Amino acid sequence: MLRHIPALTLFFLIGPVLAGLMGVLLPAFGLLPSLGGTSLTLDYFHNVLSTPGVLRSSVLSLTVGLVTTAVSLAIVMLLIACWHGTKFFKSLQNLLSPLLSVPHAAAAFGLAFLIAPSGWLMRLVSPWATGVTRPPDWLIVNDPFALSMMAGLIAKEVPFLLLVSLAALPQSDLRRKTVLAATLGYGPVSGFFKTSFPLIYRQIRLPVLAVLAYATSVVDVAIILGPSTPAPLSVRLLQWMNDPEITERFRASAGAMMQLGVTALALLVWFMGEQLVRKGGLRAINRGHRRFADQALRRIIAVLAVLSSAMVLLGIIVLGIWSIAGFWRFPDALPVSFTLANWSRQAMGLETPLQNTLTIGLAATAIAIVLTLACLEQEARSGKTATSRALVLLYLPLIVPQVSFLFGLNILVLQLGGKANVMLVIFSHVIFVLPYVYLSLADPWRAWDTRYAAVAHGMGHGANRVFWSVRLPMLLTPVLTAAAVGFAVSIGQYLATLLIGSGRFPTITTEAVALASGGDRRVIGVYALIQAMLPFIGFAAALSLPALLYRNRRAMHANG
Amino acid sequence: MIQILTRALLAGFLMMGAAKAENAPDPTNWPGLLEQAKGQTVYWHAWGGEPRINDYIAWAGREIENRYGVELVHVKVNDTGSVVSQVLAEKTAGTLDGGSVDLIWINGENFAAMKREGLLLDTAWANKLPNFQYVDVSGKPTVVNDFTVPTDGLEAPWGMAQLVFFNDTAIDSEMPTSMAGLLQWAQANPGRFSYPQPPDYVGTTFLKQALYELVTDPTVLQQPVEQADFEAVTAPLMAYLDKLHPHMWRSGRAFPQNTASLRQLLADGELEIGFAFNPAAASNAIANNELPDTVRTFVLERGTIGNTHFVAIPFNANAKAGAMVLADFLMSPEAQLRKQDPTVWGDPTVLDVTALPAAERDAFDGLELGIATLGPSELGIVLPEPHPSWMVALEKVWLARYGV
Repeated sequence: MLRHIPALTLFFLIGPVLAGLMGVLLPAFGLLPSLGGTSLTLDYFHNVLSTPGVLRSSVLSLTVGLVTTAVSLAIVMLLIACWHGTKFFKSLQNLLSPLLSVPHAAAAFGLAFLIAPSGWLMRLVSPWATGVTRPPDWLIVNDPFALSMMAGLIAKEVPFLLLVSLAALPQSDLRRKTVLAATLGYGPVSGFFKTSFPLIYRQIRLPVLAVLAYATSVVDVAIILGPSTPAPLSVRLLQWMNDPEITERFRASAGAMMQLGVTALALLVWFMGEQLVRKGGLRAINRGHRRFADQALRRIIAVLAVLSSAMVLLGIIVLGIWSIAGFWRFPDALPVSFTLANWSRQAMGLETPLQNTLTIGLAATAIAIVLTLACLEQEARSGKTATSRALVLLYLPLIVPQVSFLFGLNILVLQLGGKANVMLVIFSHVIFVLPYVYLSLADPWRAWDTRYAAVAHGMGHGANRVFWSVRLPMLLTPVLTAAAVGFAVSIGQYLATLLIGSGRFPTITTEAVALASGGDRRVIGVYALIQAMLPFIGFAAALSLPALLYRNRRAMHANG
Repeated sequence: MIQILTRALLAGFLMMGAAKAENAPDPTNWPGLLEQAKGQTVYWHAWGGEPRINDYIAWAGREIENRYGVELVHVKVNDTGSVVSQVLAEKTAGTLDGGSVDLIWINGENFAAMKREGLLLDTAWANKLPNFQYVDVSGKPTVVNDFTVPTDGLEAPWGMAQLVFFNDTAIDSEMPTSMAGLLQWAQANPGRFSYPQPPDYVGTTFLKQALYELVTDPTVLQQPVEQADFEAVTAPLMAYLDKLHPHMWRSGRAFPQNTASLRQLLADGELEIGFAFNPAAASNAIANNELPDTVRTFVLERGTIGNTHFVAIPFNANAKAGAMVLADFLMSPEAQLRKQDPTVWGDPTVLDVTALPAAERDAFDGLELGIATLGPSELGIVLPEPHPSWMVALEKVWLARYGV
């Protein structure tokens, strides 16, 4: 049984993705008979390329992805290098669950309201400090260089990368390496990057690449914070996809292929960067410099970490204020009146969405965890690690832009005669949950010291016993972390839930997205808080359960 | 496996569904249709961005459940385009009946496209509904001409819309009443005017509105754009926008994404003029605490664009009879009255109020309009929507000139 699980898992991932890809690929080349497209043509690629500003949009997507990923990774690594094991680090760690739980769109929305010329920060200092009673006409949000968009993405990706790094730490023996490096006279930053970084990076590489793919194709954050003249490629793709002119679907499909290319290019550039860092790093190690601006870096990184956390937390706090706000005008720092009407109005319709969200999220996460564990265990027992080709396939659901991919998938489901039912929705979520679960779990799982297994085998225990009594308990933190990530991913699914479920299974997120289109910050605030609450419970459990279960096992703690 | 999938998909793509209504329910036999509808569940895909509209739809659902035994499920969507995609996917996959969408809230471009592509129930049903007799076909010609496209009974009118402007009279009481006036106003108040970025619906409507005033002969707008010299007709509009943009919010380098963010920017004090496609928009926003109660509505002296919004049934709807029952109920004097009540929604009726039975007519006449809503006589001239092809062409040229 176990032997067939990896094939089954790949089928789950690849089957739908290939179907989805096909559903984009054929129309991109002009094949979509129900719209009269019956002959192969390259016209739609010409069409995309001749769309004004499409090159600029692509460059935007590419740079946003690369910069976001590089900066987020640098912040997380420097944070661990400079502050791991301190009180400051511990308090940041405590902030992880709330930071991760805030949905991307809500974080972006909150940030937009913080930094806009009429935003909260400006209101806090106006008019007493600035002298203005009318908001100035400054282009901060939607700036042409996508700076605010990248800030919003970084603020959300730093906690994610920190989370997966924390799960990887127990396997990388950071403490002893740090001590050893320090005794040789290395400062914390140089010591960390020359001893621990390569090991940690190897473990979190896949999540880093997932961040890269995500940031090059994100839609909601781009709409809220990103430039709009022109917008990043993904946003324009969505516009073509939903254009009233149905034949625009052809252009959208060609655009989806182009988006695929942009994401692939970003990955390629990243791989080249990895090689450069590797070569440079080896040279740096040989040179043996002991210090690298440690004190200054330490302070800068603390400021950056606080700033990026504050952006998300203040954003959600201010959305919380909006959810109970009466009338609130610039430059008042707080609303003139408060009301619970927004909450009571929304509360009535929440039962079904909440139920659906939990059912679908828990089921999808459970399936993904079981499949991932089975794959990894099979890999461990057979001694065969997944080939790099198989790993590329894992990325497909994360790289292919959802909007077109799901269109193709939807067609497949319909063709197989599937009526909208909750199982189909759950499986469509598994497609997105599984890669994240796998990416979060695979490396810590593989990094586990197999000498423990050897010892257990030596005591006469079989493979099953080793799995249940040694490996799984020791890796409980990464497993729960992966589950929490997966649950959060499921909760965030909008298009899959709507399309595959034909709208029959409203969730918190489908309700939130529909209501957000009305633009009332009060309603958005209510839903942002509810949306954040569910993953918050998941992340809090993932982070606190192991500490609780293993409170007498110091070496099992991520900060140990 | 790849091969199998490819084949399955190709087969599906080639399975062309000729969208023909085989056993469409017959609205001329209303009692029979009611019998057919009983026990059906109608999945109505409708924009879900406004809590008060969602509440109204929930009310309609309770009523048709009690009266006709038809269950209504409101599938809240954020973009009608995604519903069109859904129906298209079903057609592509060969789902010729038992589709997932029973009714769509729709108009304009989306309707034109669905009609053209054969995605709608292909039989004139809407004009045979019992309550259609009260619809004001002569007084409100847009109830049967959706953006100049004849509805041919493929969609049932549900509500009227007209472009209105609003501003906070506590800040500035002198508002422009023409496009030329707007330019002067923007020059005097730099950074305080903007419009939603096309292809947003309301943003494109602003372009069409401006075009109406700047064009020498507005009748060309009623014809498909191919029959006119687009460049010559729109040259004054482009010259106008060239002059307007430098004085706009963010100097025209960024735009609000939709009418909701336009309203939000007005509330934040960044902008001074808002506009929307619903005469009651300002009153609603005041009631929701979104705008101060000193905001008032105004229109332009040469008229503003108005249109009708509808409900339509896809070709493969599962509960066609139930959908017709719902569409008929939505057109009933009772439901239309409630919809026009500003404390409920404030959306103007499609009915000819003067032709209604006395009790209902009085109820309509007795409606208190919202604090910031103009009465029917104050709304001024209603300009008909240009042919949908103008919208597409305007979006394209706008994107090339200002969108990149």
